[in-house]
Amino acid sequence: MSISQQEKFTVGKPRGGLGEWFRKRFPWDAMMADHVIGYYAPKNFNWWYVYGSIAMLVLVNQIVTGIFLTMSYKPSAAEAFASVEYIMRDVDWGWLIRYMHSTGASLFFVVIYLHMFRGLMYGSYRKPRELVWLFGMLIYMCLAAEAFFGYLLPWGQMSYWGATVIVSLFGAIPWIGDTLVEWVRGDYFISDITLNRFFALHVIALPLVLLGLVVAHILALHEVGSNNPDGVEIKDHPGPDGHPQDGLPFHPYHTMKDVPAWVVFLAVFAAIVFYAPEMGGYFLEHANFEPADPLKTPEHIAPVWYFTPFYAILRAVPDKLGGVILMGASMFLLFLLPWLDRSPVKSIRYKGWISKLALGIFAISFIVLGYLGTQPATGVYTNLARVFTILYFAFFLLMPFYSKFEKTKPVPARVTFHG
Amino acid sequence: MSDGVDWKRRHFLGVATAVTAAIGAGFAAVPFLASWRPSKRAQALGAPVEVDIGKLDEGAIMRVEWRGRPIWVLKRSEEMLRRLDETVDSLRDPNSQEEQQPEYAANETRSIKPAVLVVVGSCTHLGCSPLPRFEVGAADLGPGWQGGFYCPCHGSKFDLAGRVWKGVPAPLNLMVPPHRYLNESVILIGSDSETA
Repeated sequence: MSISQQEKFTVGKPRGGLGEWFRKRFPWDAMMADHVIGYYAPKNFNWWYVYGSIAMLVLVNQIVTGIFLTMSYKPSAAEAFASVEYIMRDVDWGWLIRYMHSTGASLFFVVIYLHMFRGLMYGSYRKPRELVWLFGMLIYMCLAAEAFFGYLLPWGQMSYWGATVIVSLFGAIPWIGDTLVEWVRGDYFISDITLNRFFALHVIALPLVLLGLVVAHILALHEVGSNNPDGVEIKDHPGPDGHPQDGLPFHPYHTMKDVPAWVVFLAVFAAIVFYAPEMGGYFLEHANFEPADPLKTPEHIAPVWYFTPFYAILRAVPDKLGGVILMGASMFLLFLLPWLDRSPVKSIRYKGWISKLALGIFAISFIVLGYLGTQPATGVYTNLARVFTILYFAFFLLMPFYSKFEKTKPVPARVTFHG
Repeated sequence: MSDGVDWKRRHFLGVATAVTAAIGAGFAAVPFLASWRPSKRAQALGAPVEVDIGKLDEGAIMRVEWRGRPIWVLKRSEEMLRRLDETVDSLRDPNSQEEQQPEYAANETRSIKPAVLVVVGSCTHLGCSPLPRFEVGAADLGPGWQGGFYCPCHGSKFDLAGRVWKGVPAPLNLMVPPHRYLNESVILIGSDSETA
């Protein structure tokens, strides 16, 4: 043998054998060059840049645990609740698989919200990354739909009444509302038929769409290149080899940053799965431990925590159609962000104090609305929700003005490092 | 033959093909979209139900299920009917102008027989089921409470004829389902004509 074992297995250097046979028939090297080893990401990434890959990890968790749950779950009104209990009690390790799935759902939103906030801070939605942001928003919408359809499946009281409330939102649409609601449910109320179709959407239709969107999100990102905490374009300063001087190959440099983040994340994940899977009623609501009963409304209906900011906005409006429109607008405005931000700089580091204050108020509003959405809609809470709804919208609607006219700091040509 | 390509013709043919395909796709989508409508079985299960109110006491309420929705049948006392007038000013639609009831229930008591109220017990806000709160002047329901229904979800209030209060999230009065009397004490809920 003329070449050593060492050389033979060096990554990216085929030396015959099965690997060579494969490479001649599949664009493996080109894929690695475009997206893994040859994809250069900025070297000034900070810890905000771990959530994208953590989201991928959670997605894998949801798909794998989901597949195993479908093996024991029965999507019928008569059997669904009991089959979940069966998984929890009688299927070996069923409780673990189910808690991994339910905890994964909530943590998916934690991770995605942090990932989105990173984008807001560093202007990752700005030109030329508008499509990265739009695909990301579509992923978020798809994820919300996944969560909504999935929450009906255990067929508990909160599953049932939550779905009743959310589906009836479509009834507020003039003219076609009632027909549309009947069409979505496939019945005159949320029934076995609705459960069966939500199951199909949850386990097949939306996961396929979600995977497609994730691919589109990453392809769009790799076409334009990653943003960074300084919001400067590293492609503007290529080295002699044509790669950005301020960039490092995604693998092994950025994967080495992501893997420790996975370890930390998995430690938190495991702690919740083993010690607080219900999270005090926030991840799995207490009312959902009672089977669905169409004739009995729970005392207090609240969606799972990740929807509560939007739910609070919905309830802040005394008019049904108005509330639905405002809730839709609160999500839709996020899509418009690339065109609302008129600042000459991308990153919050170089924006003026108004932008910093606005982003701070927005984040606080989102959290407070999230809290208010879990509480009953009584006097003080409703008024608070109105105040914070106005603040939430002010962040978007005033952005074209304050981002354009405020004084910004000079942006460095190259990336910087802060401790 | 010249090598020149007639781009105009090629563009026309391309667009014509795409439009034809889009129309075909539209037709092909119909069965799939239509499959989401309530099936024949769902329609059959949504058929009218009979309720015997012969044993219902005055001031008592009974619940039956029709199309998965709670239907309330409340036999109001003289006293309760008298109280309907007292909160008229606090109501959004005291004269039943909105189409939330069949013609024959668009009256003062929103019922066929004055005493017997038949309504769908789901809040017109977001479909929760309100709770009966018949005690006059209940402290938690604000001044002027004359008995009625209170929705625990978002605080909507309705009077004893299912009429919605002002200043609550629910936009409309509780819906009166189509119904008719088969005899003195039996109501058919879900149908109001002999033919249906």
